[in-house]
Amino acid sequence: MSDTFAAKVWVLGDDIDTDIIIPTEYLALKTVEDMKPYAFSPLRPELAGQIQPGDIIVAGKNFGCGSSREQAPEIIKALGVRCVVAKSFARIFFRNAINNGLLLIENPDLHDAVAEGDIVEVTVNEGILHNGTTYPIASLPQNLVEIIEAGGLVKAMRKRNGLE
Amino acid sequence: MGATIIEKIVRRNTGIENAKAGDIVTVNVDRVMIHDIFIPFVKEKFEEMGFTKLWDPDKVVLIYDHLVPASQVDDTRHFRIGNEFVEKYGMKNIHRSDGICHQLMTEAGYVKPGNIVFGTDSHTTTYGCVGAFSSGVGYTEMASILGTGTMWIKVPETIKVTIDGKLPSDVMSKDIILKLIGDLGADGATYKALEFSGSTVENMTVASRMAMANMAIEAGAKCALFTPDEKTAEYCEMELTDAERSLVGDEDAVYCQEIHYRAEDFVRVLACPSQVDNIQPVSSWTGTEIDQVFIGSCTNGRLEDLERAAAVLKGKKVAPFVKLIVTPASRKIYREADANGTLQILAEAGAIITHPGCGLCCGRTGGILTDGERVVATNNRNFLGRMGTSKVEIFLASPETAARCAIEGKIN
Repeated sequence: MSDTFAAKVWVLGDDIDTDIIIPTEYLALKTVEDMKPYAFSPLRPELAGQIQPGDIIVAGKNFGCGSSREQAPEIIKALGVRCVVAKSFARIFFRNAINNGLLLIENPDLHDAVAEGDIVEVTVNEGILHNGTTYPIASLPQNLVEIIEAGGLVKAMRKRNGLE
Repeated sequence: MGATIIEKIVRRNTGIENAKAGDIVTVNVDRVMIHDIFIPFVKEKFEEMGFTKLWDPDKVVLIYDHLVPASQVDDTRHFRIGNEFVEKYGMKNIHRSDGICHQLMTEAGYVKPGNIVFGTDSHTTTYGCVGAFSSGVGYTEMASILGTGTMWIKVPETIKVTIDGKLPSDVMSKDIILKLIGDLGADGATYKALEFSGSTVENMTVASRMAMANMAIEAGAKCALFTPDEKTAEYCEMELTDAERSLVGDEDAVYCQEIHYRAEDFVRVLACPSQVDNIQPVSSWTGTEIDQVFIGSCTNGRLEDLERAAAVLKGKKVAPFVKLIVTPASRKIYREADANGTLQILAEAGAIITHPGCGLCCGRTGGILTDGERVVATNNRNFLGRMGTSKVEIFLASPETAARCAIEGKIN
């Protein structure tokens, strides 16, 4: 899973909860595409329209805390966000993101160093280069790698059921 | 080497005798819960995965609560898809208007001590009140459980919380869990189990334990666990087996953190806007004007909560400019509160009493607020935009505090 890409950074704070990522009132919209314009609307209503495919989000601690809504990682992925780098992630969000193939990276220091609009270079399972400093990142556990390599949990189950 | 409660549950479930915190294991799921918001997505993923039958239809429970009764035309689509799912896969455990999922799962007897349960809702941690390991998952994982009956988990480390002594008369279990969340922080228990013990906990009703287990997720916890005892047995209408009684954290178990509280030190507290770990004593906000009070939710919509509010409101009136909305957590609670006169006391005081459901707590049906308004609420989240616009100030409190505030029209 070694893969390097350069990306523009959007910076968010600590405890970005799932009601901020997508408020409950939009959860009954039919598709994630319909919900997408409302991503992050309680905090930054303009953000969903500004994020470009290939950008990344760098946040503080406890990103994705709150409800189990899987639309949260799905919407971030639908906006084209390549990965989310945070000091830490909430547990359910972490599992949902992996199951939907959204890459999450834990790093304790990048958030304090980076400014919105900066360009960083991410090498998956190795590190993030920003202003000449490399921030190391840990490898994912094997069972999660297997799900991501299968292309998410749906594909892993399709394979199990002899469909792929 | 001794074991924590979660380690004992996992060992019993998997047959892995030395399973311990940090191990990744595959567990056999005893029960799952899906609610109305996520059923269309669960169905879609389940079928996309290529499954044609549920691993065990009797172990699957579908509950309509967030969208009941429908407040937008499209909500009815969720009921239609849910009904189709029940029919197609031969389910019999469905509740269409009986109350909030987390109340019904233990109230209707779907969860027993020592069970492993997953639900498509973060507050699934609630069932730890009867000594079950229960946690929230997304709809894709739920779909894979529906097909396989199994799920991988990392056995969590445990934070042991011991509370001894007698609580002050105006303090409720809600104040304890809010204080703990404030001390741990909103991510202080991420990936971890919370294990509660001590004389205060032993003397607590199952309903009070539920309020605490419900909010464990607000400190990031994977689950919360209480040792099953006689109160649990009575609540679950069963005799406990030796295995269920043995769900106690051993003296020599390994804990990642231990916290002790003296019950006498607790005071009434609020989770202040807009972080659930922004905990301050009620006394530091006394006199702040409010617009609405909400008593209900899967955290605090139980009979003892309504009775506590009624005891405060009896013979008094809600302040004229304040709306007090009371939502019993289930039909059973509604009927009990009706039969014993609690609802009448609340209505005479000026409360608006609504049908059981999630409604107001997630800003989905009735009682939403607008910019600059302030609400004191007994639910579990004060996130931006949770109960209306993002400029609504939400203060989380116990039913006792909420009722006092309703009378004054101010934080009190």
